[in-house]
Formats: sequence, structure tokens, C-alpha cells
Amino acid sequence: MKRRFNSRLVVWGALMAATALAATAASADETTGITDKTIKIGNIMPYSGPASAYSQIGKTDAAYMKMVNDNGGVCGRQIDFISYDDGYSPPKAVEQARKLVESDQVALIFNSLGTPSNSAIQKYMNAKKTPQLFVATGASKFGDPKHFPWTMGWQPDYVSEGKIYARYLLKNIPEAKIGVLYQNDDYGKDYLNGLKAGLGDKASSMIVAEQPYETSDPTVDSQMVNLKGSGATVFFNVATPKFAAQAIKKAAELGWKPTQLLNSVSNSVGAVLKPAGLDASKGVVSALYLKDSQDPQWKDDEGMKKWNAFMDKYYPDGDKNSSFTIYGYAVSQTLEKVLKASCGDFTHSGIMKSAASMKDVELDLTPPGIRVNTSATDFYPLQDMQLIKFDGKRWEAFGDVVSGADTQ
Amino acid sequence: MDARDENPAISEPPADRAGIRFGALGWTGLAVVVVLAALPLFLANFTIFQLTMMLIYAIAILGLNLLTGINGQFSLGHGAFYAIGAYTAAILMENFGLAYGWTLPAAGLICFVSGFLFGLPALRLEGIYLALATFGLAVAMPQFLKLSVLEPWTGGVQGIVITKPDAPFGLPLSQDQWLYYFTLVVALLLYWFAANLVASRSGRALMAIRDNPLAARAMGVNNALYKSLAFGISAAFTGIAGALGAIVVQFVAPDSFTFALSVALFVGLVVGGVGWLPGALVGGAFIVFIPNVAELFNKALAGAVYGVILILLIYLMPTGAGGLVRKVADFVGRRMKPRPDR
Repeated sequence: MKRRFNSRLVVWGALMAATALAATAASADETTGITDKTIKIGNIMPYSGPASAYSQIGKTDAAYMKMVNDNGGVCGRQIDFISYDDGYSPPKAVEQARKLVESDQVALIFNSLGTPSNSAIQKYMNAKKTPQLFVATGASKFGDPKHFPWTMGWQPDYVSEGKIYARYLLKNIPEAKIGVLYQNDDYGKDYLNGLKAGLGDKASSMIVAEQPYETSDPTVDSQMVNLKGSGATVFFNVATPKFAAQAIKKAAELGWKPTQLLNSVSNSVGAVLKPAGLDASKGVVSALYLKDSQDPQWKDDEGMKKWNAFMDKYYPDGDKNSSFTIYGYAVSQTLEKVLKASCGDFTHSGIMKSAASMKDVELDLTPPGIRVNTSATDFYPLQDMQLIKFDGKRWEAFGDVVSGADTQ
Repeated sequence: MDARDENPAISEPPADRAGIRFGALGWTGLAVVVVLAALPLFLANFTIFQLTMMLIYAIAILGLNLLTGINGQFSLGHGAFYAIGAYTAAILMENFGLAYGWTLPAAGLICFVSGFLFGLPALRLEGIYLALATFGLAVAMPQFLKLSVLEPWTGGVQGIVITKPDAPFGLPLSQDQWLYYFTLVVALLLYWFAANLVASRSGRALMAIRDNPLAARAMGVNNALYKSLAFGISAAFTGIAGALGAIVVQFVAPDSFTFALSVALFVGLVVGGVGWLPGALVGGAFIVFIPNVAELFNKALAGAVYGVILILLIYLMPTGAGGLVRKVADFVGRRMKPRPDR
């Protein structure tokens, strides 16, 4: 009996020792995670679980930080990049964020992925006054400096993209009658709200039909019949790849030939336009904000060459055809530029301040004309997009870069 | 002679040890409680948070243990009840302004009713078929929480953010310390309830159903009622754990409660020892800490390392931590016995 008691004590002792090792006094002051020689940067990625395909972004981020270090680091400091797995589970994300902030004592968390995971840690990061920079999600709620001054998005959010299509329509087809197909969740509604905000007073007269679909619906055929019946001359396709392809195909089958706008979530040629039919997809309009590594027009592009060299040297296992490696490089370069701009005031608020004062910053992998802009009241770094039209084989850029920012 | 050897006809339910051999185990339990109570005084807030999560998972596993270990019914769907509990707490706190403490009984009650109702039709199912039915429940739950009809309350895919409670009465505790002690007290109360339940008449009826349903019925046990009750109580435990989890994590979303959660609870149950109530603590520790240990070895292969650790554990202690404790005790007992003969 005595022994049994002891064996438990041993287990507990081991547990205590293990946890005590991880525990250090945590006080979040302005220079936590920053020394004269290093800066600690945390990251949370779904390396396991249903969304693990995204983990390529985290690996690209880590490879980029290594390249920065090899080139002398930032402000004379080496980057110590710590990336943890949350398996796309919000409770785990909270645990990992707390581990990064309180135990590893990072200076900031960079590019943590997923709307649910970032929602879960947003309040905590702001309470800790630790920057949550360039979160990897398109939800519009991560650009709210009034309530969350320590959280900033990066990619064009869905609302901004909706506004971009609205501006395109107002300029080019002002008499348009718009029919919208959208996924009935926050993603779909963000786009719809963006479109309405962009159209302004004309929204109610221009939008003639709104057809929601559920992800559990087998097809969107009936919605498409309704949209055609509404007499719409413009079809705004806010659907994830499978449904977007169905919609384009069904429109062709119905003999309905509106101007088609396709949300950037689904503008993959292989996953959407090919299954929908390349002929049926001819003339579809969409938008992008990063260069496509497959596109031959960037073959001799300076930025693309740098990305290729980076991939060969620092991430040779990475997939050059994947948009994730492009994304990871571009977002990491944004961080590098922000950090290098903060040398004078290398603190949490100093870094946040330079993140919020980017002016026409150009990246290697954004098409010409698309620049990063932020201000104390604008926490959406990328809001410009290049409109593209499908010519039956590939996307062709056309027109000027359109901004989704509010001040237009 | 051991008491067991005198009555070989009685199959000894492992849980009996927790109830009957009170002396030594009581002291051990007390020591564990003292250590648990003292821990937050020495640790950083982040570690306290992890320990709180460990206690919460332990409560959920305790509930699952009552169902599987004591009553012999399988469930791969307890993540669903955890989700119901979590959402109950979140909705009551954020939409109705209820104090967090009151959400626990509410979550327990709602989960008891849902568990009981789910248990009724599931009565016809045995073993793996029941496991499959509960599996369906776990898979359906995240989708269900995303339903647009429920969105005004559930917040859809965006979930609900909860405000973290402060320590009451001006106690000099951080939020994490306070929540840890709050969870510890709830856990102890529930453990006390579970241990008493197992040691009671009803507990013996539940175990009789597990060991031999036909004989139990012949003895006058209402199998249908007891099995449904077991499901209800088990779900209530897990629901209370879910409510605590929501309060501590400060956030609920459908993606928090995928099938992986149900599997994690099941793994925790097996690792801790099926039918051995204190094993829930070991199971909770396993759920919280082992994935982190696995990640230390290799980030890309964290899943594989976790799998290897699990396989090794099951090979080394096939009956979980409970079985290991029993083996060690028996070994020590046998070693010590011959001495008086000399």
C-alpha cells in the first residue's frame, strides 16, 4: 500500500517538474521577446488535422525567416521563429498562444492561420498587448483597430473584394442587373455585404436576386434557374470551388449568358474552370492580388526570380505550383519590411506602429500597382486587386488595379 | 489469503477498489488533492491554464468512465455532449448575462436530458453498434452548430467570445488561479458524487448490467431505465466539463468540437484505465500534455510520434494507468506475503 502511494507521488513529481520547467515568470512589457541579439516570433499553424494542407504556409514562413537570418537578420537581430501546431482547433490555439506569449515569451505572433483559431486568441493577444500580426484569414473582422489595436489582417478581406467588383460594375456596366449566388455563412455574407456597400444607394435597384445555398446542398441548379428567371444581366458567383464550377456549368446549360464575376476563392483554373468547361468559362471576370507561379507572363519577372531562388535554396521540398508557398513568401516579406522599419523603436508598440504606417510598400510577389497600405485607422494591409478575365486558356489581367479601401 | 481468493465467484469490478479499500487509497487521494491545491501557487499562469484544462478533460473522462467502465456502454460521441455543455454556458453568459457559476448546473441538466433521450433509442444497440450511433452524433454536431436557424444564438462559424471571470470577493488570485480552484472544487464534488454512485445500490446495478445483463434483469434490475440513466449522468458530467472548458478557453466555435475531441476523450479513458475512476486524471493529463511532447520531437511528424507513444503505452499497460497501479499493488502484496511464514 505504501508503495502505491509512492508510485503516484513519482508520477506527480515528474509532472510538476515538467511543468515547472516550462514556467517562468511572465510579465508582458514592451520588450518581451526582444534582446540586443534576437527577436522571438511565434506562429500557430494546423500541421495536423483537417486543414493541414495550409501548413505549407508555416513552413514557407520558417524558411523565409532563415533566409532573413542568413542575410544578417533585422536591426542587427536574429529571428528566433517558433511555430506550434493547433490542429485547427480553437482551444488548442488558445493553449499554444498562451505558451508562446507566457512561456516562450515571444515579441509577437505572426501569421497564425484560420478564422476560428484567430478569433479564439484575439481577445487574449490584445489583453496581453502583444502584436497579432498579419493573420492568415480573409474574414473582415481582423481589421478593427478601435477594439483590437494589436490585431492586423493581411490579405484582401472578402468585404473589400466585394467592393472591388461593385466598383468595376459601377464604372463599366452601370445599368447592370445583378444576380448573386452566395454560400449561406459568414464568408458568403461578407462578399454580399461588400458588394452592397460598394454599390451604395444603387444596391437595392441593381441587385435583382440573391440566392443562398447551403454547403449541404447537392447542387445549385435550382438557384441558377431562379437567377436566370430574375432577368439578371450580371452573375456574381460567391461559391467555393465545387459549387462555383456547378454554377458556371449550369449557366451554360441554361443558355444564360450574363457577365460572370467569380470570387477569388474559386479562381483556380484546374479546380473550377476546367470541370465547369473551358468554353463555358470564357469571359469570366475575377481578381487576384498575388502573382501566379504558373502564369508565363512572370517568367522573367524580378520578384518571381527571387522567389524561385528562395524556394530552391531554403525550401526545396516545397511545392512551387502551390499558391501557399507564394502566400508564405509574400506575407513574410511584409513582416521583414515592418521589422526593418521599426529599428528606431524596437518594441511591441513600435512594431505595431510601423505595421500601421505602411505607405505604398511593394512586394516581390504582388503584381505591379498592388501596394501595401495601412494607417492608424486602416488595419487592412492589402486591399488592391488586379481584375482578370479568362480567355479560354488562362487568366489575362485587364484594366487598372482596383482598390477595395473605403476612402475612394 | 486475499479477500478475492475467498470469493472467486465474485468478479471483482476494478472500481470497487476505489470504494472499499478506503484507508490507503484515501490517504493517497488526499495527497493528490493537496498537491493539486498547492500547484498554482508555484506555477506560471500559462501552466495553470494547462492544468485547468487537464482537470476539465478529467471531468469529461470521469463521465465517460461511468458509462463505459461502470455500465459497459460504448460512446464515441461524448464530444457532442461536451459541445452542448460549452454552448449552453456560452449562450447563457453572453446572451442572457447569467453568471458563469450558474451555467454549470444548466449545462449539466440540459446534457442530462439530451443524454437520457439519446440513451433511450440507443438501448437497442450493443457494443460496436452503439459506438457507431454515438459516432454519428459526434460527426453531426459541428454541422448542427453551424445551422443558420440557430445562428442568432450560436454565432454560426464565428462562434462566441466569452469574457473571462475575475476572482470574487477581492481574493488575491489571478483569473487563471481562480478558475483553476473553481474547476478543482467542481471536479472534487463530481468525483465524490461518482465514487458514491459507484459504491451505491444503483452503482452495483449498473455494474451488474455490464457484467451480465440477463442476470441483472433476473435480479430485478430495470435494465432499460438504468442504462438510459447512465447515459444521462455520463452526458451531464461531460456537459459540465464542456461548460468549464468554454469559460476557461473564453471561446466556442463549431470547429472546437470536431470528432477528434470525442476520440481524445476515448483515448484518455483507455489510457487512464477503463472502470478506474481516478484514472480520469491521468487521462486528462495525457490529452493535454502528450500532443505537446510529441510536437517536441518533430513538428511535421507530431501525429506519428503521438501514435507511437499511444501504441507503446497500450503495449506496456494494456489496462491503462488503473491496471498498472493494480499490478504494482499485487506485486508488492505478493512480495510481502511470504515473510510472516519465516
